Amino acid sequence: MPKCEKLNKVCEKLEQYPQYRKFKAYCEKILGLSNNSLEKTIAIAVALCLVCAVFVSIAAVALKPMQVTNKELDMKKNILDVAGLLQADTDIEKAFAEKIESKLVNLETGEYAEGNADAYDQRKAAKDPAQNVLILKDKDIAHIRIKAKLAKVYLVKEGGATKSIILPINGYGLWSTLYGFLSVEADGQTVQSINFYDQAETPGLGGEVVNPNWRALWKGKKVYAETEQASSEKGSLGEAGVGEPALGLIKGTVDSSKAGSQYQVDGLAGATLTSTGVTNLVRYWTSKEGFAPYLAKVRTVKGAKS
Amino acid sequence: MSELLNDETKKVLVEPLVENNPITLQVLGICSALAVTSQMSTSLIMALALTMVTACSSAAISSIRNHIPSSIRIIVQMTIIASLVIVVDQLLKAFAYDVSKQLSVFVGLIITNCIVMGRAEAYAMKNPPLESFMDGIGNGLGYSLILIFVAFFREVFGSGKLLGMEVFHLTKDGGWYDPNGLMLLPPSAFFIIGLLIWVVREWKPKQQETVEFKIMSISHGEQGGHH
Repeated sequence: MPKCEKLNKVCEKLEQYPQYRKFKAYCEKILGLSNNSLEKTIAIAVALCLVCAVFVSIAAVALKPMQVTNKELDMKKNILDVAGLLQADTDIEKAFAEKIESKLVNLETGEYAEGNADAYDQRKAAKDPAQNVLILKDKDIAHIRIKAKLAKVYLVKEGGATKSIILPINGYGLWSTLYGFLSVEADGQTVQSINFYDQAETPGLGGEVVNPNWRALWKGKKVYAETEQASSEKGSLGEAGVGEPALGLIKGTVDSSKAGSQYQVDGLAGATLTSTGVTNLVRYWTSKEGFAPYLAKVRTVKGAKS
Repeated sequence: MSELLNDETKKVLVEPLVENNPITLQVLGICSALAVTSQMSTSLIMALALTMVTACSSAAISSIRNHIPSSIRIIVQMTIIASLVIVVDQLLKAFAYDVSKQLSVFVGLIITNCIVMGRAEAYAMKNPPLESFMDGIGNGLGYSLILIFVAFFREVFGSGKLLGMEVFHLTKDGGWYDPNGLMLLPPSAFFIIGLLIWVVREWKPKQQETVEFKIMSISHGEQGGHH
């Protein structure tokens, strides 16, 4: 066997080094000791840890690139899903490249920010002291404590025009921080879809946030209280027609004949805390703390054009 | 010699399927059997992962069994098992991302699966690597068999599907079958496994445990105690 010969040659070469001979002699000595001796116990423990650590590290490092690709692909899939562009046979990379444009938004001013949007990781930036801001306690209804200064939004293009805008949202539910996307139409008011891609709520109860039937209820809902609807603090955005964020979950099923039902989505049965969490995080991210300045700009630009 | 080895190999491969099944007879590894069996695809991946981990860890432990100091025996076994499980988890994340997301923590929990540890301690510590490997495969297959059986019932009656393909036409799509929601929840696996253990022990009366003690009833004569 040529492999064995090679191995033998390597061993012979190693024999030339006195350190290797010393190491070999030590190994033999250790293996000859009684299993219960202290020296052997420690030596075996150290050797085992080294071997296992190397084994695990090799697997982790070698598979890292594939895992990163998988993660990116999964994220793109989620974005296409919330944009309503995902069919069973969609070529994800192609559809994403063609129809989705990512942009950075300065949350405070609502302006687009310079920078490489594709490489920007908002979740990482939220943890970086140079790129994040602390949220004041009384404003922090989503219980996330910190947020990135720049948010990464995705514009869904159709024939050159923006069809819808996908906003990243996150906030605390019952057990976990839910991460997801809220997709609104170009009017910055009508919800297209919602999608939570990372959550660890109770399966079957709060975990139903991923249920397609429940997610379908969001379509067509309105984010902000419209002025003709009596809103308690209307017009505080300084803009006609649009008020405070009003979208949220209610207990039970929405009665579509009642006033205000366009801002209401069915609560999740048996998951009051998750439902409250979802309401809070949607309200937070659509408020002045979140994307309200940006969406206001989107509306005025669109209004000026038409 | 070779015939003897074959007999032993055959024994360790076949026996855990029914005669000495890790789930129905030894009642080990129940937690993951409850958690991952709501779908066939997750069950298959879980079964494969557990079989590989049991086989490889048994072989690895067996090959160094003569040099494992007894005072750190369990930790040595755990280290080997944990390393293998981490590697399996990494492999799943690289090659079967969606399934690994569905299995979430349960892949990591193979580390604490009693079957893996049980085979290491009961078999691999006393037998040569090849037999230990086969024993791991055998027990993994025994576990897989039950998992697939339970997942079959749960997926068919819980969501009217098998491996994601429609078997029963659901009422919500205009068909006739109204899915049984209980089947999607972990307790249903408890019932199925319980019934299965009953069937297997009726079929193989040898597996029935002798009553260790009788519960004395003061007013109503005698009642059998079973556990």
